[in-house]
Amino acid sequence: MSALPVPVAPVISLRAAVITSGPHPAAAALAERVDAVAKRRKPASSATGYRRARAPEWLMQAFAMLAGIALFIVLWEVVARQGGRIPGPAVVWKAAVTIFSDPFYSKGPNDQGIGWNVLSSLKRVGIGFGLAALVGIPLGFMIGRFKFLSDMAAPIIAMLKPVSPLAWLPIGLLVFKAANPAAIYVIFVCSLWPMIVNTAVGVRQIPQDYLNVARVLNLSEWKVFTSVLFPAVLPYMITGVRLSIGVAWLVIVAAEMLTGGVGIGFWVWDEWNNLKVEHIIIAIFTIGIVGLLLEQALVLLAKRFSYN
Amino acid sequence: MDRYLRIENVGMTFETKKGSFVALEQIDLNIRKGEFVSLIGHSGCGKSTLLNLVAGLLQPTEGGLLLAEREIGGPGPDRGVVFQNHSLLPWLTCFDNVYLAVERVFQEKKPLLRQRTHKALAMVGLTHAESKYPQEISGGMKQRVGIARALAIEPKMLLLDEPFGALDALTRAKLQDELMRIVENTGATVLMVTHDVDEAVLLSDRIVMMTNGPAARIGGIVEVDLPRPRERLELAGSHRYMELRTTVMDFLYRKQLKQAA
Repeated sequence: MSALPVPVAPVISLRAAVITSGPHPAAAALAERVDAVAKRRKPASSATGYRRARAPEWLMQAFAMLAGIALFIVLWEVVARQGGRIPGPAVVWKAAVTIFSDPFYSKGPNDQGIGWNVLSSLKRVGIGFGLAALVGIPLGFMIGRFKFLSDMAAPIIAMLKPVSPLAWLPIGLLVFKAANPAAIYVIFVCSLWPMIVNTAVGVRQIPQDYLNVARVLNLSEWKVFTSVLFPAVLPYMITGVRLSIGVAWLVIVAAEMLTGGVGIGFWVWDEWNNLKVEHIIIAIFTIGIVGLLLEQALVLLAKRFSYN
Repeated sequence: MDRYLRIENVGMTFETKKGSFVALEQIDLNIRKGEFVSLIGHSGCGKSTLLNLVAGLLQPTEGGLLLAEREIGGPGPDRGVVFQNHSLLPWLTCFDNVYLAVERVFQEKKPLLRQRTHKALAMVGLTHAESKYPQEISGGMKQRVGIARALAIEPKMLLLDEPFGALDALTRAKLQDELMRIVENTGATVLMVTHDVDEAVLLSDRIVMMTNGPAARIGGIVEVDLPRPRERLELAGSHRYMELRTTVMDFLYRKQLKQAA
């Protein structure tokens, strides 16, 4: 979350409230004190004379980011030159240019472009996560709405939540007898808990006032759901979705390493077997950037649907 | 229509973890059609509980309530409720907040429903803010939308739970005047919970004074025989107004505080 410039605003509104309530001596004294607080706080805010001497904030931020990346590359280069097996930035860059110049080639099931590998992984995440949403969100609603169900589910969720999703993989292989559905199943399991828990918390957080509005108007159950429950819970649900996708993207790499097939995780393992370390580093960056894009897309979605 | 709302021997006991808590005891009250009645008392005296009983949000553990000869069995849109904290749904515009109620109550075509909504918002002077979201408007405006929502459904009774308690003094005065005008124009029957003596005297036909809880009762009823329409400024100099005000103050701060101490 980005820091908002909040500290000044409440002071000003408090002062306004004090003034409108009349010329009572105590109120005047309070107003003075509020003023004093406001003055004391002022230098801390960015809206002062200090700023003029400096560069604009966004420029400083961009500079800091670039500096961080540059430092990272320098350190990487230094480590690479120690004579180990780790390729330096230049080598990796060259390999990356080759790989990304043709990301969608296909020479049989074990030799496909990085684009196909990423898309296969995303597809697994999408299916597993989608199924988890289909199951988890309604379940979360019910658990949030009915205390009995909540009490029923609490020990199971508490026990299963800390289990590494990969521990479920053998069960998946046993049941589905194939690698691909087993990987999807692992994604399903790890996406499920955040979805259930956040939706349930969201339902429990709905202010009684909103429900009272629905009650005094005697709205139909369907109308209560669409006009009150769903919009009130939506921000929490999106949080659940964000956490789920984050975990799912972490887990898919590990799951694919174990199951094989086409996918970015399998690709990493395959390149390790080929001892193409620069490709592994490229995969690491690719996984990171795709994860970042997923996260950002969901942050945008959350902003779009948050009503606060 | 002398007994439009009948509250008959109502008692309310809450079952809590520490045993049962008697909030209200032996409440008897009749309200005429078109009458404006205020409930006043110290906080925790059960005045909001009584309002919630009329709203149907709570069921009495003793006695019964009737509105227009029909027992109050639960909440329903024949009573318009204005909550203290406005309770607008933040994901709906002001228009949609009112429309939600209108749509529920009237089985009419959309243009007519929209027309009703526009009319209700115009009545509280908010035509310009129809498409705004609650977080974009001031507290006073929010409360006006709440009033518009309650009145748009043409309820038999208007129930106000400390409607202006969270507003600053100037806004409160303005909204009180507006409410007075609206009630006079619509002839609404109103039950209002308040802890503001001036507000009670200014707006009410009768003030019901509640004793301190637990087991609160009606401690006295003051008839406010000030002629209508009332003017805030004229009343401030009126002898009768001061008398009535003193009566209520006396009840609240002498009799009830002593008992509580």
